[in-house]
Amino acid sequence: MLRYFAFPGLLVILILPLPATAALRVFACEPEWGALVSELAGDKAKVDMGSRPAQDPHYVQARPSLISKVRRAELLVCTGAGLEAGWLPVLLRKGSNKRILAGQAGHLMIASTIQLKDKPANLDRSEGDVHAAGNPHLQTDPRNMLPAAAAITERLMQLDSANADIYRNNLAAFNIRWQEAIDTWKAKAAPLQGMPVVVYHRSWVYLQDWLGLKEVASLEPKPGIPPGSRYLADVLNRTQGLTDLVIIHSQYQESKAIEWFSGKSGAPVVMLPSTVGGTAEAEDLFSWYEDIIRRLLKAHGGGNE
Amino acid sequence: MKHFILSVLALTLVYVTNPAWAGDQEIEQLRQQLEQLKLEYNSKLEALEKRLQATEQASKQETSTPPVTATPSTEPSKANSFNPDISLILDGRYGHYSQDPEGYELPGYMLGGEAGPGERGFALGHSELVMSANADDKFYGRFTLAFGIHDGETEVEIEEAFFETLGLDYGLAVRGGRFFSDIGYLNSQHEHQWDFVDAPLIYRGLFGNQLIDDGIQLSWLAPTDLYLSFGSELFRGSRFPLSVETGNSFGAYTLFAKAGGDIGGSNSWLAGVSYLNTDPVDRSSTGHGHEHEEEGHVPAAFSGDSKTWGVDFVWKWAPNGNRRQRNLQLQYEYYRRNDDGMLAAGEESGSYHGDQSGWYAQAVYQFIPRWRIGMRYDALDSSATGSDVQLIKEAGLDNEGHRPQRFSLMTDWSNSEFSRFRLQYNLDESSSVVNDQWILQFILGLGAHAAHSY
Repeated sequence: MLRYFAFPGLLVILILPLPATAALRVFACEPEWGALVSELAGDKAKVDMGSRPAQDPHYVQARPSLISKVRRAELLVCTGAGLEAGWLPVLLRKGSNKRILAGQAGHLMIASTIQLKDKPANLDRSEGDVHAAGNPHLQTDPRNMLPAAAAITERLMQLDSANADIYRNNLAAFNIRWQEAIDTWKAKAAPLQGMPVVVYHRSWVYLQDWLGLKEVASLEPKPGIPPGSRYLADVLNRTQGLTDLVIIHSQYQESKAIEWFSGKSGAPVVMLPSTVGGTAEAEDLFSWYEDIIRRLLKAHGGGNE
Repeated sequence: MKHFILSVLALTLVYVTNPAWAGDQEIEQLRQQLEQLKLEYNSKLEALEKRLQATEQASKQETSTPPVTATPSTEPSKANSFNPDISLILDGRYGHYSQDPEGYELPGYMLGGEAGPGERGFALGHSELVMSANADDKFYGRFTLAFGIHDGETEVEIEEAFFETLGLDYGLAVRGGRFFSDIGYLNSQHEHQWDFVDAPLIYRGLFGNQLIDDGIQLSWLAPTDLYLSFGSELFRGSRFPLSVETGNSFGAYTLFAKAGGDIGGSNSWLAGVSYLNTDPVDRSSTGHGHEHEEEGHVPAAFSGDSKTWGVDFVWKWAPNGNRRQRNLQLQYEYYRRNDDGMLAAGEESGSYHGDQSGWYAQAVYQFIPRWRIGMRYDALDSSATGSDVQLIKEAGLDNEGHRPQRFSLMTDWSNSEFSRFRLQYNLDESSSVVNDQWILQFILGLGAHAAHSY
């Protein structure tokens, strides 16, 4: 007899009142988008983060706590372009929340607001974990924050029309401050023009483009494939004789290969925050890029960071 | 801007004045250069426009037109870009067993479904073809074909074929079709996601490796900070171990609840309780050769009332949540089944009461990128009472005075997320004869990037 009551019994539990929230609930896959949303929405939004600065955004687990956050989100802001392919689909499927599904106003992929670099001509996994849409590490060029901010504001105004004026004004103020900051950074970073860099993962192509850095090699033989000793020796050979060489990696890429390569080549290692909170100094969007440039300049002048 | 116009003019001139001798290739090159120039200038122009706009906005705050000009750069899609995500899982093994797997027994348990220790020598494992996509804005669908070899014959099975709703209101979700039951932790995972080659003994003994059936599932995710999910499934129940006679009604149902969360930035957990109720008719061992099964002899079958409940717990650790370098996963599941009813074989029949229980605990540690080691311990227990001891023995439900247990060690190497090679050793005491098992396995994932559940 019990079997006939088990199902309806469950239904009763479902008709519970849902708690109302005042602030717009935003789920940001990466800290930089969380910081940008906070910059643009202030206290009008409550931001939950999908990943932490210490995590490689390729390899986040679809943890129960994240499913709970997605369940209640009204706006989802992620990089897209396959960066979150290993976990976001699970969150969207298990989150039981139609507001933030693809095609809805609550679903924003920043990669769709700019032209991505490194779009592979040939899709084959022998090339490593390549992203069909292009290199998704677009947050390392501050100029990309402008279209991103515009897109976020558009969604905020759409989802929370009562505060539309606030969002519009916030965006205008942000644009001015940000453009000024970009000019200042660019001027400060002038000595870095043409500096050769060895990266760990190819996650700095947008920064390189912005500051005119020259990537001469990556320590990963293919994206997502950890380096082996023979490949490293080859890179060492290729980069011999380069003066001013600097090795770049982000806070979540700790690798013996970096130390080894630095020891052999004598090139300084500089750890750059790939997102807000990646270093103690990178407290918000502004201090984040400031810290990147400060660290690069210091390495350029010699000495490890 | 001046440069741009000049370049365009120059290029056009070259193009129109020299069509006769300008080779196709050359024209193509020029076109590309032109495109390149356009792109560069467009982006510069856009940036300038944005600056101008921003300044304008600041000077007259009262303006009512929204300043947002987000232009998504979507590409025209081809017809085949709507094809489902397809991934192919290849699984191959080499097994070295000190005892013949054909004679495998698990005293106290019927062996059904895919239960068994695997094969000696080179053999194909459990290859899968998975296709999935959103059907429309409301439904997601997935289809999984599993390929296996049994006794030299290729067997193809539809392992999954279900729809799932995309975001109903109030955190509800409905799934229907054939799917892995969501009871327990390992049950809903595909075999290639498991950390060991084989299923825990209790899964082998109670579910024939995994509980899959045709039915419908309703689940609800609570709107709380703590992950809380409740669900129930109704199953047709025609497959082992549900083994219900099919009719218009459903034959079996499950209830489950899960809770989970984070502790600090480095730890996360998931715990669950599950319940399975079925009224089997003629549930019998369909597993690999039982010594006491003779030609033409009907195996003893159980009919009656069967209730299973279980608990599962998973703990994951990674320094600051960064799993890339090091991570640890601890896992424990316990199940207990009570059967009440009759055993029958041909003309003979007798009452039967069975109490079967077991658990496994495992730890898997990734100590450097690509390399993991793991350890697992399995323990089972069972008791059977009834009016006809002989029938209980024939059904394989007599524990023969033995408590099955198994100790496993494994290490695997994953070049990327898409390939894994594993070596596993089992000290298998499923029956009183100790079985040393060495298994080498490869798993390759081709095609769509699989997003894995927690």
